[in-house]
Amino acid sequence: MSSTVYQQAIKELAEAAHGSGLLEHPDGASRLDNPLCGDRISLTVQLDGGVITAVRHETRACLLCRAAASLIGLTAPGKNRKEIAEETVALEALLASSHALPAAWKELEVFAPVSGYPSRHGCVLLPFKALNEALAQP
Amino acid sequence: MTIALREQFPFYAARAACHYLDNAATSQIHSQALAAMVGQESHRANVHRSPYRLAEAATQAYGDARAKVARFLNAASCAEVVFTSGATASLNLVAYSFGETLKAGDEVVLSAAEHHSNFVPWLRLKERAGICLRILPVLPNGRIDTARLQDLVTERCRLIAITHCSNVTGAVTDVAAVVAAARAVGAKVLLDGAQQVQHGPVDVAALGADFYAFSSHKCFGPTGVGVLWGKKAMLALLPPFLSGGGMVGSVSLETATFAAPPARFEAGTPPVGQAIGLGAAVDWMMTLPWAEIHRYESMLLARLLAGLAVFPAVRLIGPADLHARLPIVSFEVAGIHPHDVCQVLGEREVALRGGHHCAQPLLAALGSEGATRASLALYNDQADVDAFLNGLEHALKVLS
Repeated sequence: MSSTVYQQAIKELAEAAHGSGLLEHPDGASRLDNPLCGDRISLTVQLDGGVITAVRHETRACLLCRAAASLIGLTAPGKNRKEIAEETVALEALLASSHALPAAWKELEVFAPVSGYPSRHGCVLLPFKALNEALAQP
Repeated sequence: MTIALREQFPFYAARAACHYLDNAATSQIHSQALAAMVGQESHRANVHRSPYRLAEAATQAYGDARAKVARFLNAASCAEVVFTSGATASLNLVAYSFGETLKAGDEVVLSAAEHHSNFVPWLRLKERAGICLRILPVLPNGRIDTARLQDLVTERCRLIAITHCSNVTGAVTDVAAVVAAARAVGAKVLLDGAQQVQHGPVDVAALGADFYAFSSHKCFGPTGVGVLWGKKAMLALLPPFLSGGGMVGSVSLETATFAAPPARFEAGTPPVGQAIGLGAAVDWMMTLPWAEIHRYESMLLARLLAGLAVFPAVRLIGPADLHARLPIVSFEVAGIHPHDVCQVLGEREVALRGGHHCAQPLLAALGSEGATRASLALYNDQADVDAFLNGLEHALKVLS
């Protein structure tokens, strides 16, 4: 069964739901809604010396949003606030233009098919915005 | 009938492969409406201002559009038709201007089925003026529980503001019951007709309401214009909403007086071209055989509902019967987000809408976090319905 957007890699990410759940004693937490579609994510993060040691989220959302949250659960540990901010900028650029990604952010390539659908950009970006917001708190 | 109708919509010349089922959000524009709007905008002047021929022609055409809308609504006079930017602006106008006449403790009755456009303005008025909101609940099938009118509409009720037809469930409100309940306590009635107008002319006199709001883009006209109809005596009692040029009697350094309706509520340069386009759209609609169209739309609706019932994972959000119902169908698919359903069908040129449809209280009342919606108009056909059903089957395979 083919789909332009719902390619196997995105579906597998969403299915895996990396980092699902919430941390009991987070250093930062956020809850964001996408008012256009009702997607909602609650996200918690733990830090050690400015570096993410754990991130957990509860995501009630579409498949694209769940895939993005899962990618964060898989790849955010070990990164710091500055790197997450840069990654978010790279994702926004990818969605806006479908330009090639810098090598450091190749993991985002999975979302390239979404670039042609502006109404869905917010779905992919919501978990990243939630992570940035949680990181801004400590 | 469908083929002949489609030839009148420029959309189908450009996008013949598209199965457009998002009519509850925006209908396609009729060729006469587009031509009328483009004609006006191609050689335009402002209205009500200048005596040169171009301006006089614009003023005449704008007035003619108002007269066409008045006929479409069976209004008592053109002065009862206010052009706004859309149904949202019309509803806000009433919430603000009628709201100015209310005092703390006065009650406004809404339903849980309202679009946010007929909900949030009243929430804001509640915060601003201390009015009380009383909410008619919905039944499990999404219909407004008008049996509750008896205990919710009290002597303190000043207005019942309610949808004529739900943009989510397609259920048509029992307006006669609403009007009777309002009249029993001397309250007024505002109907949100945004969904109803696409399915034929409306008779405001027969409905018995005091205000009626709708948008042009949902009845084959341009975007950016809508209508508030109000009984002449009612409009005359209301203070202005927006202030500016065109809505005044006179202005001094100390004070201003205001024009009579409808000018009182049309501050600034109105959407002249769009209003003229709307006039052409409703003029065309009044030539159509609506009884035949309603039978046709019901046939398509029955086909769609029967097709949906085959999917075990699908839960209908709204009535399953055809009684008092327009062809607007919302549903959930277990475990699959509505935007994902819409995305996959969109890739197959089936145009749907997903989400909360600006009706979060309704979806919450029906235990839903979001729904996919297919909405039919007179130019849809069986191939559209079948493409939707086949596409849904495909989407379930892709997303499961």
